[in-house]
Amino acid sequence: MTALQTAMRSQPAPAIDILRIRADFPILELEVGGKPLVYLDNAASSQMPRQVIERLVTYQTTQHANINRGVHYLSETATAEYEEARRKIQRFINAREDREVIFSSGTTDAINLVAHGYGRKFIGAGDEIILTTLEHHSNIVPWQMVAEEKGAAIRVVPVDDTGELSIDAYEKLFTPRTKFVGVSHVSNALGTVNPVKRMIAFAHARGVPVLIDGAQAVPHMAIDVQDLDCDFYAFSGHKMCGPTGIGILYGKAALLERMQPYKGGGDMILSVTFEKTTYNAIPHFFEAGTPPIAAAIGLGAAVDYMSAIGMDAIAAHEHDLLDYATEQMRRMPGVRIIGTAPHKAAVLSFAIDGVHPHDVGTLLNTEGVAVRTGHHCAQPVMQRFGVPATSRASFAVYNTMSEVDALIAGIRTVQKVFT
Amino acid sequence: MADARALYQEVILDHNRKPRNFGTLAHASHQADGHNPLCGDRITVMLDLDGERIAGIAFHGESCAICKASASMMTATVKGKTRGDAETLIGEFREMATGKREPDNLPHIGRLAVFAGVRDLPTRVKCAILPWHTLHAAINSLESTSTEAADDPMHAPIGDA
Ligand SMILES: Cc1ncc(COP(=O)(O)O)c(C=O)c1O
Repeated sequence: MTALQTAMRSQPAPAIDILRIRADFPILELEVGGKPLVYLDNAASSQMPRQVIERLVTYQTTQHANINRGVHYLSETATAEYEEARRKIQRFINAREDREVIFSSGTTDAINLVAHGYGRKFIGAGDEIILTTLEHHSNIVPWQMVAEEKGAAIRVVPVDDTGELSIDAYEKLFTPRTKFVGVSHVSNALGTVNPVKRMIAFAHARGVPVLIDGAQAVPHMAIDVQDLDCDFYAFSGHKMCGPTGIGILYGKAALLERMQPYKGGGDMILSVTFEKTTYNAIPHFFEAGTPPIAAAIGLGAAVDYMSAIGMDAIAAHEHDLLDYATEQMRRMPGVRIIGTAPHKAAVLSFAIDGVHPHDVGTLLNTEGVAVRTGHHCAQPVMQRFGVPATSRASFAVYNTMSEVDALIAGIRTVQKVFT
Repeated sequence: MADARALYQEVILDHNRKPRNFGTLAHASHQADGHNPLCGDRITVMLDLDGERIAGIAFHGESCAICKASASMMTATVKGKTRGDAETLIGEFREMATGKREPDNLPHIGRLAVFAGVRDLPTRVKCAILPWHTLHAAINSLESTSTEAADDPMHAPIGDA
C-alpha cells in the first residue's frame, strides 16, 4: 500500500450521494409487475451504470478491430485501449506489474486456468489441496478434477455455526503433502469475510501457494493483492458493474511464468511450425484467441466508476445496508438469518419458517423485489447448515434503506400468504 | 406478476399445509425418487399396484409449496385409477403446465387446473411437474428421475449460477 492510500484509508469514508448514483443506472427505473424494481440479487450479477454502457458503445462505434494483429489505425487503437484497461485493473488491485493481470472469461475460467496451468503441473499423487466448506462450486470442481486425475486428496476447512471458518482446524490440516490452498475472500452464500491475509501467511510459511476467489470481495472492498500477498486472485467483471464474459486472474509473475499453458491458439504464441511452437510471454501466454475486447474495456470503465465513488465509501454504505437489514430481520418472528459471522459483507441469507425459499422468491418477485433463492452453487454450505436452499438478499452501492424496507415488507407479505 | 400471487391460492396453500397421502406405504410394489437439482426439491412416490389398479399411493420428501401441493393433489386424483388413466393424466398435466394446451381442452384435468398459472413462471414449471414425472417413473419401475439433463421433461434445463 502506498503512503497516500494508507493515509486515505484512515480517514472516515465520505458519505455517498445515493440519488446521483442511482441516476447512473438506467435499469433501476424499471417497474416489475407495476412495482418499482428492488434489485437485491447483486451477488449473482450487478447492474451497469451509464458510464460503462456508454464506454461499450464508444468502443464499438469508434474503436473496434481485432487486437495485437493489424498495423492499421483501429487495430492499434483497440490494442491500446485493451492494454489500458489491463493497467486500470492493475492499479485497482495494486498489482506490481500489468503482466500479472490476465483477462479470463470470469472467476470460473480464472480458477480453471490455475487448476490446469499450476495444479496439473505441480500437484501429484498423494499430494493434498486445502479448500473450505464455504467455497463456490467453481472453486471446488476444478480441484476435484485435478485431484482425481493425479490421485491427490482434498482437505476441507470446516465452518462453525455462525459461518466462520475454523482457523485452528485450517492450520491443523497442513501436512508435508499440502501443495495448494484455495479459499474465497467473501462467501457468496453467507457473506462471511474470511481472514485470508492470515491464512496466506500461514500457508507461505510452509511454502504453499494460495488462490483467493475474490468474486464477492472485489465489488465490495478495496483489494490490495500485494498487501494480501496472495499468489492468485480471481474475480468476475459482471459482479462489479462491468459486463459479463470478462474476469481477471491476478497471479504473481514468477508463478505464472512457471505454469503450463491453459488454452492453445493464436496470440499466445510467438512462432508456430509443425516441429516446434514458441510461446508468447505472460499475460499473452494465457490469452489464446480473440478476447472479449469490448468487455475488457468495459471492465476498465467499471473500475473507473467504482474508484470515482471510492471503494471505502462503497464498503461503508453497503455495511450500513447490511446492518440495517440484519437488525430488521432479527426482530421478525419466524425469520432466521443463515450466516451470522461477526465480519460479513453485502450478503444476507435467510430462511422463513414453513416456507420454501422458492416460494419466498416467487412471492417477493410479485412485490418487485429480486432476491436469489437456491443453493447458490455452494451445496456444501447448504449441507452444513441443514437446509436445501436459502433466500439471499445481496447489496450494491445503489441500494437504499427504503429498498431494505421493501424487502422486509415483502417478507411480511410472504408470511401472511402462508399463515 | 399478479399471476404469481394468484397461483398461491387457497387450494394450493391448503394442500401444502395438509398434504394428502403424505408418508410411506408399508407394502409398496413400486417406488421412485424425483429430484430437481436446481432448487433442491426431492420427493419419493410409492405405489401399491394391484394388477392395473393403483390401490395405494403415498409421497414424502422436501419441497416447495407448488411441488408439495401438486404431489398431494396428484395422489388424491390417481388413487383407485388404473395405470393407463394415470399416464393420461400425467400427459395432460405436463401439457397444461408447459402451456402447450389450455385446461379447458384437457378432458381429465378437473381441479388440477389450479396449476395452470405455473406456465407464466418458467422457473416454477418443474416444481409442479416433478411429482408427475416421479409417478411416471414409479409406474414404469424406474428407480429415480430428475428434472434435468436426459430426464428433463421439457428438454430445457434452466441454468443456475
Ligand atoms: C464466490 C464466487 N466464486 C465464483 C463465482 C463464479 O463466478 P462466474 O460465474 O462469474 O465465473 C461466483 C459467482 O457466482 C461466486 O460468488
